[in-house]
Amino acid sequence: MQQNKIEFLEEKAKQVRADIICSLASANSGHTGGSLSAADILVALYFEVMNVRPDQPKWPDRDRFVLSKGHAAPALYAVLAHKGYFSRDHLWTLRQAGSILQGHPDMKRTPGVDMSTGSLGQGISAANGMALAGKIDKKDYRVYALLGDGELEEGEVWEAAMTAAHYKLDNLTAFVDHNHLQIDGFITDVKSPEPVDEKFKAFGWNVLCINGHDMNEILEAVEQAKATKGKPTVIIAETVKGKGVSFMECQAGWHGIAPNAQQKEQALKELGVEVNV
Amino acid sequence: MSDKIATREAYGLALAEFGAQYENIIVLDADLSKSTKTEEFKKKFPERFINMGISESDMMATAAGIATTGKIVFASTFAIFAAGRAFEQVRNSIAYPRLNVKIGATHAGITVGEDGGSHQAVEDIALMRAVPNMVVISPADAVESRAAVKAAIEYDGPVYLRFGRLAVPVIYDKANYVFEMGKGVETAPGNDIAIIATGMMVGSALEARQKLSQEGINARVIDIHTIKPIDKDIIVKAAEETGAVLTVEEHVVNGGLGSAVAEVLSEYRPTIMKRMGLYDQFGQSGKPDDLLKLYKLTPDDIAYEAKALLQRKP
Repeated sequence: MQQNKIEFLEEKAKQVRADIICSLASANSGHTGGSLSAADILVALYFEVMNVRPDQPKWPDRDRFVLSKGHAAPALYAVLAHKGYFSRDHLWTLRQAGSILQGHPDMKRTPGVDMSTGSLGQGISAANGMALAGKIDKKDYRVYALLGDGELEEGEVWEAAMTAAHYKLDNLTAFVDHNHLQIDGFITDVKSPEPVDEKFKAFGWNVLCINGHDMNEILEAVEQAKATKGKPTVIIAETVKGKGVSFMECQAGWHGIAPNAQQKEQALKELGVEVNV
Repeated sequence: MSDKIATREAYGLALAEFGAQYENIIVLDADLSKSTKTEEFKKKFPERFINMGISESDMMATAAGIATTGKIVFASTFAIFAAGRAFEQVRNSIAYPRLNVKIGATHAGITVGEDGGSHQAVEDIALMRAVPNMVVISPADAVESRAAVKAAIEYDGPVYLRFGRLAVPVIYDKANYVFEMGKGVETAPGNDIAIIATGMMVGSALEARQKLSQEGINARVIDIHTIKPIDKDIIVKAAEETGAVLTVEEHVVNGGLGSAVAEVLSEYRPTIMKRMGLYDQFGQSGKPDDLLKLYKLTPDDIAYEAKALLQRKP
């Protein structure tokens, strides 16, 4: 059963990656590398971990997700579409005027988006706010956030890290999509936020380090986070930018561009998925 | 004009008062609760008060996150940090998703006094007025501040509330005062000239009006407490009936009340105008009264400029 579940999630992640490629190709702009690195985490959250109702996106007791690295919106949109929040057809309208799918997540336009994000550093603060409200209201919902590793260069992340630890937000789990690249190159060359694990430990967080492309490790870490009381948990997920498409992997150049038609075909071939756009 | 009370004081008291009735109000502060007076709310409702520490940017985005759960959130700090340091959090996390966060910005303007120019927000109205979805309110006295807080609570969406540090005269009668968001108040009648003011300058305009009346000049005083959305009708009517409009604000004249009034009149009723405020200047340290003299924002200065403007009236 467990193995079936993992296989289901892995197959789902493959489909999501293919839809990320196709929606970005259709938009002819957007952030490919960081969407692909985050895909497995998002699939695990929405298809196994989070208690949500796609037919009631504003259900007050739902678990929440904040994409603090908002530029990975194509990954979130593909997952939300597969989960049934809206028709997959919308994916091919990404970034076009009038679309419900903006370049960065917009909670007012897209069903299932719990917070508008895109300006780095702010999403984690907003996730804290949701977790604080949950504590005040004595609600059981949990809040998940996904940060980029480049995003850790934003000072607000560390203000928020202090807030979460100070208020003992054990209903909050943050992931760091640790793919080591930002627009201008390796994070350690641009302005290193390392050591990421030691920093979060020093800020009072429970820190877990996993392979962010291994469904078993993702699910296990989430369970450990749920079991940790009195402090927030950060799951530092070792990932590969552009994961799943050979010519996009570990390339900073694929941060902020979309595949052309030929690259799309090659990517789909590598993923072994045929997408009907 | 008997008592004097700072609008920030009225803000804190109003939060504590309405906190009982509105159980979903959450108040955030960034280590300034004694100055912004949110400590009044904290004393009564400690479980609904969150001290965010000296982290204004984090506070604004956290307020947004809390608001997504259906709460009415007040986030308080000095105006310089609320509109200045945390501008982009206010813009992207609060206004862009139009979340129900009220920004209680105290210590606006030069009457902050001795702390000096670094702490005197003189451009916050301009900044907040430019942000889509944001309502901007600048109350004149304690009575209007209390009413503005209530209106902000009852309004679903982001509101920037501007309060001062200095104790200022109470000009309205609490029992009779009616606050309507987006509507100006004709605080005193007159048909020779219209003095349109906001914040504590409304009280100063009323004093100027008395001085002018001794010289046979009848000045209408209009209090624009809601700078956005602005009350076009009361401004156009004043221009039509007086033919001269003087604006007064404790703020730079670029982008604030004077600009807002000029925008209305240039589109709907071109009228001779003078904008009083700061002219491309920062504030500085000093006693509030000395600074008001230095920057020519006393009742005497207002009366002087009113008479000068009347000379230009066709």
